[in-house]
Amino acid sequence: MELFSTEDLQAILLTLKLATVVTCVLIIIGTPLAWWLVNTQSRWKSFVSALVALPLVLPPSVIGFYLLLAMAPDGPIGHFTTQLGLGTLAFTFPGLVLASVVYSLPFVVQPIHNAIDALGKRPLEVAATLRAGPWDTFFNVVLPLAAPGFITAAVLGFAHTVGEFGVVLMIGGNIPGVTRVVSVQIYDHVEALDYGRAHILSLTMIIFSLLVLAALYSIGKPSAHKLSRS
Amino acid sequence: MRAVPLAILVFTFALTTVCQAATVRVAVASNFSGPMKKIAREFEAISSHKVVLTFGSSGKFYAQIRSGAPFDVFYSADEQKPTRLVSEHLAEAKSQFCYAVGVLALWSANRPQVVLNERTLSQASFSKLAIANPRLAPYGAAAVEVIKTLGLWDALQKSLVQGENITQTFQFVQSGNADLGFVALSQLQLQPETSANTYWIVPDSLHTPIRQDAILLNRGQDNAAAMALLEFTKSAKARTIIENFGYRIPDSD
Repeated sequence: MELFSTEDLQAILLTLKLATVVTCVLIIIGTPLAWWLVNTQSRWKSFVSALVALPLVLPPSVIGFYLLLAMAPDGPIGHFTTQLGLGTLAFTFPGLVLASVVYSLPFVVQPIHNAIDALGKRPLEVAATLRAGPWDTFFNVVLPLAAPGFITAAVLGFAHTVGEFGVVLMIGGNIPGVTRVVSVQIYDHVEALDYGRAHILSLTMIIFSLLVLAALYSIGKPSAHKLSRS
Repeated sequence: MRAVPLAILVFTFALTTVCQAATVRVAVASNFSGPMKKIAREFEAISSHKVVLTFGSSGKFYAQIRSGAPFDVFYSADEQKPTRLVSEHLAEAKSQFCYAVGVLALWSANRPQVVLNERTLSQASFSKLAIANPRLAPYGAAAVEVIKTLGLWDALQKSLVQGENITQTFQFVQSGNADLGFVALSQLQLQPETSANTYWIVPDSLHTPIRQDAILLNRGQDNAAAMALLEFTKSAKARTIIENFGYRIPDSD
């Protein structure tokens, strides 16, 4: 028996692709969201914060269940995507991306939020007195100073998406190469009593997660140091 | 004449001391949760025993039983898992029996509902066809057999989406994300709004029977309630319940 079957490999590649796309999307939408949350005086602030944190406390099956209903042809998301000519999103890769973005949102927004918050107003004021524009300030002051927060966000978002199970199970449809990710493949092996294959994939996941977290903690330390100095 | 009531009293007293009220812990395949709840209620009403039901996937139960889960009886969604437990000396071979035969139905939740029949699948007027995972769910394996028997396997490959189990397959269809799906007749039976002509009951000739077996586990060997429950499942009363929930009863053996 080779280490991974073709289907296992397909699931691993798909998972890595999904996690990469989701991480990129999350950094792009998570950054302005976190920025807004740090700086806003809006009375909606606590509500939006709660909304962002919601996937932390909700069971994935709840998120998956409502996404499945929302993606249906007569659901709000399904209605919208059908009008755009995209068809419905359930059982497709873009559908998984959307679901994972929702699911992993707090894991990306919160580290970025904390990093930007920890900078305080001072660096921005200094940049403003030196006549730096907002974009200039963001890319040359905020981003380098908050870099560890962004790295943490990316790693957590990536790792969390890799480990995602309940949501994919609800809206994925288990299509090889399209929506069958590693966690679902493991579930399949276990349910089919193929414990050997389940072990190989599960141990791979454990080792992967351990390495990711170890890497995360090794970058976490110097960042705390840097932040306390600034 | 006074002796008769007295004898009954003594007999009843003797009976209750012999088979004392016991608790039976039962692992039940999710698809059978409806009828099982009712069977348990009826059983508790006529006996002094207590039934504790746990619902879940058969594969998970198999793994849990192997790891010493405290179940006395197992109502599996297939016949393979009980058989396998017997070969691993975790269950009583003699006690294994088929308690229900699943009925497969092709269903669409589209409103207004379309009339389904054996031609629906070859008409290709749908984009997604949901089936349960054939590797895990007997209903899924049966669905694949039907598609292959009808000679549509290659044509329908691209339309197939798999639910992890029959419940999820049902959700795919009910939510409208899949246009059509092979579900269990028992699930449709629970839906108040589905009228009989909105689904097609797949003829038995198109697939091997979906036989679901129950078995007494090692832990339940000395449990009077466990054996009594299995016996009750074979009774006419239980059989009527099972049939009313959309299952067939196996030919009496």
